[in-house]
Amino acid sequence: MARSKKISVDRRGFLKGAAAGAAALVVKPEAAKAQEAAEARRPATPTPLPGAKQTAAETTPPPHVDVWTTDRPGSDFMVDVIKKLGFEYVAANPGSAFRGIHESLINYGGNKMPELLTCCHEESSVAMAHGYFKIEGKPMLVMAHGTVGLQHASMAIYNAYADRVPLYLLLGNIQDGAWRRSDVEWAHSVQDAASMVRDYTKWDDSPVSLGGFAESAIRAYKIAMTPPMEPVVIVADAVLQEEPIPEADRGRLQIPKLTLASPPAGDYGAVKQAAKMLVDAENPVIVAGRVARTPEGIDLLVQLAETLQAGVIDRHLRMNFPTAHPLYGAGSVGSADVVLGLELPDLWQVTHTQTPVNRFGMEAKRITKPGAKVITIFAGDLFGKSNYQDFGRYDEVDLAIAADAQATLPLLIEECRKLITADRKAAIAQRGAKLAEVSRRNRQNDIEQAAWGWDASPITTARMAAELWNQIKTEDWSLVSDVTFVSWWPRRLWDFDKPYHFIGGHGAYGVGYGAPAAVGAALANKKHGRISVNIQCDGDLNYAPGVLWTAAHHRIPMLNIMHNNRAYHQELMYVEDMAARAKRGVEHAKIGTAIEDPNINYALMAKAYGMYSDGPIENPNDLGPAIKRAIEVVKKGEPAMIDVITQPR
Amino acid sequence: MKLLLLAATLATTAGLMAQTPAGDAANGKKLFLRDGCYECHGYAGQGGRDGARIAVIGLNAQGLIRYVRAPAGQMPAYTAQVISDQELTDIHAYLQSLPKAKPAKDIPLLNAMEKK
Repeated sequence: MARSKKISVDRRGFLKGAAAGAAALVVKPEAAKAQEAAEARRPATPTPLPGAKQTAAETTPPPHVDVWTTDRPGSDFMVDVIKKLGFEYVAANPGSAFRGIHESLINYGGNKMPELLTCCHEESSVAMAHGYFKIEGKPMLVMAHGTVGLQHASMAIYNAYADRVPLYLLLGNIQDGAWRRSDVEWAHSVQDAASMVRDYTKWDDSPVSLGGFAESAIRAYKIAMTPPMEPVVIVADAVLQEEPIPEADRGRLQIPKLTLASPPAGDYGAVKQAAKMLVDAENPVIVAGRVARTPEGIDLLVQLAETLQAGVIDRHLRMNFPTAHPLYGAGSVGSADVVLGLELPDLWQVTHTQTPVNRFGMEAKRITKPGAKVITIFAGDLFGKSNYQDFGRYDEVDLAIAADAQATLPLLIEECRKLITADRKAAIAQRGAKLAEVSRRNRQNDIEQAAWGWDASPITTARMAAELWNQIKTEDWSLVSDVTFVSWWPRRLWDFDKPYHFIGGHGAYGVGYGAPAAVGAALANKKHGRISVNIQCDGDLNYAPGVLWTAAHHRIPMLNIMHNNRAYHQELMYVEDMAARAKRGVEHAKIGTAIEDPNINYALMAKAYGMYSDGPIENPNDLGPAIKRAIEVVKKGEPAMIDVITQPR
Repeated sequence: MKLLLLAATLATTAGLMAQTPAGDAANGKKLFLRDGCYECHGYAGQGGRDGARIAVIGLNAQGLIRYVRAPAGQMPAYTAQVISDQELTDIHAYLQSLPKAKPAKDIPLLNAMEKK
């Protein structure tokens, strides 16, 4: 049928007309007023009586049509399951594939236990859950789109996997093509959603019924929380979410009971053997990875170290050992006759040193003494995947106990105590006194070293750490960021002794973890009234700065101190290294690695996201007062940011 | 014998000193920044996670040159094609001109840590 040119309006034409109409309204207000006045002067005409069609429409009952309403969507039952798991929060960037659960959470679930956190990027959602776990000790739920959302989230999931953190991901997907509304939903659907992250998750399932959802959801939680703890994924089909719960199922749907598995403890014979090796050793050393899972883990490690009077080398992966303890940082792998590695993912790096001698390889040298014995207690020996290589290089050990270290420590301590004779006790005490002196000297050296560049601008990371400590040392504080990129200064100068004082690092060094992990950890600290401190790297923040808004929106109190060294500094050093090896152009290393010209003003950025801010601060003498002002804001329950122009490391 | 050894040492030292031109600290600062020494060692030469403290070091210029040509640990070797002996001598002069650290006991925040 031919279309009338008169009424056919193409998009361009319509827009043109609309624009002209709008322009007319804007530029001819006087003409419009004159028109209104003319209308007002026109004589009134009588109102016509309603016609038969209108009368019928107003008086006859509406015809029966199918409409999409339900009093009990499947997503309500999914929320029942979620509530049973006890999640306190759910982090999500909204996505159509889980819109059913979203609505059920906020209306049916009352937006409580869990409360929905509005995130601006799935990478932020996941890293927030990562940081939250390391303070709270239980997972935060993360919801994401099964395709594009998971793609955004994947790097953060890998970080958590490498950091042995039990993420709990709920993905939305429309499995059946006939139910997809549009080309968008076809593009946003996937045959096997979890496949993309299966290499770095512990378990996943895509249940096809609500009963199956309940079982898989409970099972996933149990698997995630059994050491070695790792991320899990459940795919919630959108049809199951949005369709009503079948009448037949309403009475019989059940949520299974959750019983967490006890963590695996070491084999008795192997633990006895380890105890004998440690007690007989003249100079044992303990190297701590991700040892302490709970506050009890710190106490147990202290007990073991004190029983043996062995030095503890902490790899800064968890809050394992008090930094002011006389055995902290004392002892060395190179001088030990027995090395005890506890939950160490990188044992080979501990027992070797590397020197770059050629372009493609490293010269590796074992640093343990000839004849030195190595014992490991490592839950990682119970689980492994092959594709991603976070398991590190294979190392030779003398006794490998495949078990959770914290769960094994009580037995190990007991066996060591049984074996220590009075003679050994005296020798062990003597060793402890020497190690305490080493630890004291280390601390003194750190303090002396912190004085170098004290008044320099850019501000040294040592000065920044010292100024922070001066303001927080009398507060109940929590460092919710890594220390690797600030030369470990907080760990060298502050007194860490409580479980929440430190959360370790990224896991897989995937940049973009820092800011959201800090927000998640600070959220966990919120109900305890702790002052959360985040030393925030500039490169990291720029991956997904929207998390600042999330912190402001949800009133998450935290002090963010920008470590603004204006570069992707690790890469800057690598490029410099490559240029030196190639014997050319070291002066060009900043190309592609520096974050300057223009410099980013993080104080303004934070302000734009609704956060209190100060800086940029370049004079080290201005830093202490700025921190003091910001802490007052944090104490009122708000986040704050101080932009500090810093030295590279 | 001892006297002979001492004389030989002094002669070698004198020879080295004669070969070592004086350093230009101002140019050394420019090179320190241009060539990225600060990346690992800090703008104040204070050192850090990735490099040792190099402000006011015990090495003389020859010692610095020798080290930079064949360093230990993670530091890459910088050949004369990348940075000349004279440039390293200038950098050495700059490093020696940097202020020494105050004793920690004279810095109240650090002194408070010492007293713990």
